[in-house]
Amino acid sequence: MAEFKLPANSVIKEGKTWPAPAGATRIKKFKIYRYDPDTGENPRWDTYEIDLDKCAPMVLDALLKIKNEIDTTLTFRRSCREGICGSCAMNIGGTNTLACIKAIEDIPGDITISPLPHMEVVKDLIPDLTHFYAQYASIKPWMQTTTPAPQDRERLQSPEDRKKLDGLYECILCASCSTSCPSYWWNGDRYLGPAVLLQAFRWVIDSRDEATGERLDNLQDPFKLYRCHTIMNCTNTCPKGLNPAKAIGQLKRLMVDRL
Amino acid sequence: MSLNTPLKNARGLGSAKDGTGHWSMQRLTAVALIPLSLWIAFTVAHMAGQDYEAVLAYFRAPFHISMFVLFVFAAFYHGALGLQVVIEDYVHNEGVKIGVMIVMKLGMALLGTISVVSILRAAFGS
Repeated sequence: MAEFKLPANSVIKEGKTWPAPAGATRIKKFKIYRYDPDTGENPRWDTYEIDLDKCAPMVLDALLKIKNEIDTTLTFRRSCREGICGSCAMNIGGTNTLACIKAIEDIPGDITISPLPHMEVVKDLIPDLTHFYAQYASIKPWMQTTTPAPQDRERLQSPEDRKKLDGLYECILCASCSTSCPSYWWNGDRYLGPAVLLQAFRWVIDSRDEATGERLDNLQDPFKLYRCHTIMNCTNTCPKGLNPAKAIGQLKRLMVDRL
Repeated sequence: MSLNTPLKNARGLGSAKDGTGHWSMQRLTAVALIPLSLWIAFTVAHMAGQDYEAVLAYFRAPFHISMFVLFVFAAFYHGALGLQVVIEDYVHNEGVKIGVMIVMKLGMALLGTISVVSILRAAFGS
């Protein structure tokens, strides 16, 4: 059955509290999920009190402040700090988003931060995305053609056809959407999830790609595609403001169009 | 221990190349159920307080009994398709899944058939 209760060794306990320095006036509490596979202990919630007057505005800034000044053992992924690499995707205040483009002041009260939901946790805020990336590879996210490229120039695409990629090419594969989807939680072993399906549609709709039929063949499956029940968590949570649910809807339409 | 590569796991058994029929029939039966449900609700409201003979007479009309049988057929078909999705979503033990699926599909076929036979028998006598 689907897992609705955490296994005993995944139950999250209360952890340590790191109080704000004396004299701090604007204090914000960050409750952060901690898990270290090397200790064999259960995960815990550690609380860090941050002086907002000494912290830059984004949630990632607070995480970096904690790692640099308070607790160097806190582990998370980050790279570009401007919402284009997708490394710092995590669950912040109950919503999957990118820590680097989520402002601290947008979240009222204490801020809880945990790794992307329902993935194996490598350590602290780092989920194991191996299967997610393998699913991305499985849809062959590159241009497939039989016709050789023109000798003297690139493959041409009309401005109208290029426009069809808008809202798709911006996806940075942060996995926020897929890990917000209950269908992906329960059946992620086979269901491709919103991020990978949006990417699949990006190649299906590309006017230069010649493998459209094969791509649709490979997607037409009760689990790979049709586990999507259009609950829209993906669209709701996408930190880039994209609409994976619409892309999946268009894939389903193409499946009917070719009957 | 599995030494499969991640891509091997992601590809699994490959695409079933199926599912569009299920998806479109679920939508088709849903669309059919809109007028059929309105009709049945209107009919039941209209029948309130009438005696058995009057109800039977109403349902003997070809259009009325056809609508009633269609409603039952669409409802059970739509229900079976929906329950199939629920089972696929939540039941992960393969053996249990197949067992539950067989019981559900045969059960829905039986209940649907009993409903249709009951309607016909009530309308036209045994």
